[in-house]
Amino acid sequence: MNSIMKKFKSIYIVYVCIGLLSASLVGCQKEEGVQILPERNYVLVWSDEFDGSAGELVDSSNWSYDIGRGVDGWGNQELQFYRDVADNVSLDGEGNLAITARNTPFGGAPFTSGRVKTKGLVSAQYGRIEARVKLPYGPGLWPAFWMLGSNIDNVGWPQCGEIDILEYRGQEPYVTYGSVHGPGYSGGESIGSPFYLSNDRFDKEFHVFAIEWGENYIEYYVDGIRYQTVTPEDVDGEWVFNQPFYVLFNVAVGGTFVGFPTSGTPWPQTMLVDYIRVYEEQ
Amino acid sequence: MNSVISRILFVFSACIFMYGCKVDDGSLQQPSYPINPNVFIDGFSGGMDYYAFAGSDVYAFDLDYQTTYGNSEASMRFYVPDFDAAAGSYAGGVFVAPGGRDFSPFTALTFYMKASRSATIDVLGFGNDQGDFPTNVAFEGGVPVNTNWQKYYVPIPDPSKVTAETILLRFAEGPENNEGYTFWIDEAKFEDIGTFSNPVASIMGGENIVQLAYDGIDVGIEDVSYSVNLPNGVDQSYTIASTYFDLQSSNEDVVRITPSNEIDIVGEGSALIRGFINGVEAEGTLTLNILGSLDPAPTPAYDPANVISVFSDVYDNVPVDFYNGYWEPFQTTTSEDFVINNDNVLNYVNFNFVGTQFSNPTIDASAMTHLHLDVFIPGAVQSGTSLTLIIRDFGPDGQDGGGDDTDITASFNSSTLVQGAWNSLDIPIAGMANKSALGLLIYEGSSLPNFYADNIFFYN
Repeated sequence: MNSIMKKFKSIYIVYVCIGLLSASLVGCQKEEGVQILPERNYVLVWSDEFDGSAGELVDSSNWSYDIGRGVDGWGNQELQFYRDVADNVSLDGEGNLAITARNTPFGGAPFTSGRVKTKGLVSAQYGRIEARVKLPYGPGLWPAFWMLGSNIDNVGWPQCGEIDILEYRGQEPYVTYGSVHGPGYSGGESIGSPFYLSNDRFDKEFHVFAIEWGENYIEYYVDGIRYQTVTPEDVDGEWVFNQPFYVLFNVAVGGTFVGFPTSGTPWPQTMLVDYIRVYEEQ
Repeated sequence: MNSVISRILFVFSACIFMYGCKVDDGSLQQPSYPINPNVFIDGFSGGMDYYAFAGSDVYAFDLDYQTTYGNSEASMRFYVPDFDAAAGSYAGGVFVAPGGRDFSPFTALTFYMKASRSATIDVLGFGNDQGDFPTNVAFEGGVPVNTNWQKYYVPIPDPSKVTAETILLRFAEGPENNEGYTFWIDEAKFEDIGTFSNPVASIMGGENIVQLAYDGIDVGIEDVSYSVNLPNGVDQSYTIASTYFDLQSSNEDVVRITPSNEIDIVGEGSALIRGFINGVEAEGTLTLNILGSLDPAPTPAYDPANVISVFSDVYDNVPVDFYNGYWEPFQTTTSEDFVINNDNVLNYVNFNFVGTQFSNPTIDASAMTHLHLDVFIPGAVQSGTSLTLIIRDFGPDGQDGGGDDTDITASFNSSTLVQGAWNSLDIPIAGMANKSALGLLIYEGSSLPNFYADNIFFYN
């Protein structure tokens, strides 16, 4: 989930146009069933439904934590200290994972939050990766559902590749972003698109965010609507996505993509994840 | 002032009162009003009038064809006068659709606004704030504006209740640091905004308030507020009319909620009142304990020859300018005065401070030794409860201010005040340096949202 602000900024107007166009088109397509999607035969191979008691920690056979402030705010000048405590990461007792950002200073950082990952525990190469998520809101909130190449410790970032299935700015609660980062197209040069809700926002209800991923393609979906497909032809460098990746969920506070929280940011803020499911194509 | 404005500019000092009456007549009976969301796009939508508030600069509003949002044809321009300007001390008024409009398909008034300087506009919103069914909504504590056009949202807490709205836009603003300035509004219209979230409403300041109540004495929910998260992710609070709340009583043998959403005391006992907006329960509750009828305050027995009365049914009262000055913008106190056994009683509701003025003429209390008043507190007396009285002598100029005023102050707290009984308070004024031109009695309080007052007089 490295910063993609620069790229989005430079082509923001284009994206807004595309976004508005796609939102209106998508509305029609959804209603009239015009969008013809590939019929792939997917079989569920792994999931976490986040069932359990309120306050329970995540299943350690699936998840581990990133803890602390990272280097340079996890590479993005983020402001939070990630913790592995129930105040920041726990089940909510209603079938959801709750990652909560709080304006509570800790460890020299002004905010606490959580970031969990399946690194070394669960990985996927190709298939449908989906999560049902209700997003937080407020300026400076930067929640994400994303993936990193499992070879990150050997080749480093961005050579390992990064697939951002969902990113979002809390001050624009009606638009999400999907993107890829790789060698030559990372950070501000990432390749991505926004997805706009029409006269609605992502923090009011749960929405399903997914990719359908195969050799040399990644399709991005929100609520079953495909809004972007990325292929090797779209990236200005090596295609590094034909290999296993692991999953991350986090809520960052501040940072290059989203900017600072303001005095008007409501606290605390929680991202709820109803489930994550990984399907393989048969 | 151009010709368009001259056609629509009428100044009525009592315009609010007039329109309060209009809404009363039609809001509940007539089934259909036109649905027209536009307030001001490139000009006024059809059939609108502008009324300036009394005391404001009546020429504060005009159209502007140069400074507009998005190159529209015209915007609404508001000149806020300097402090002490001869033409009026502030800019304020309402934009009115006299026939009323149905805004139930919409969820907010929206507009773009900028100003010649950073400022906080005191009152900005829509809706009638008078009559039996007020619909007013405005930014709580004012709304910041700067030199850039920005979009502003005033939500309708329950659109189903705004079916015959006459006041489409309401504003009032005084100078900033004594300096006048200009602000502009453009593209004002009602919209269905789907990008609000997390509405939160509260009654009774969000607290669980318990108080005594009596048949024949109006009691209502007070200290209401409403907030939504705006499309930029920021929570915004609004002051709203209490009529947006649907009330529920836990005990219909004691308290019933009338069809017009008023609290009707029908028996003795206890009832919990809860509020809902669009089915979502508000924070805060009001518990009413009804014990019977209120006993009148003790009848004073001083010789009338030794009394100068401000408020009493026993003595003749001197001329009084007002028992509630409604000092804006910080006073929250309203008056719900009542009569019990032919005895008039002052009832200060949502109290923070209030003043009673008797300046025409002032009172010469040279021969008096005390101020007396009887105070009844229906709510809880807490450790922080206090009532402070300030008696002000206007000095030789006989007017409030002017540098020659003198005050004496007396405070009462929970060691003196009791709930549910008349507290007879006597404040010595014998030591008051100047008391030949008394003009003002000011009440201040804390943790004291409501009290009744009777038998206010100076005596020897």
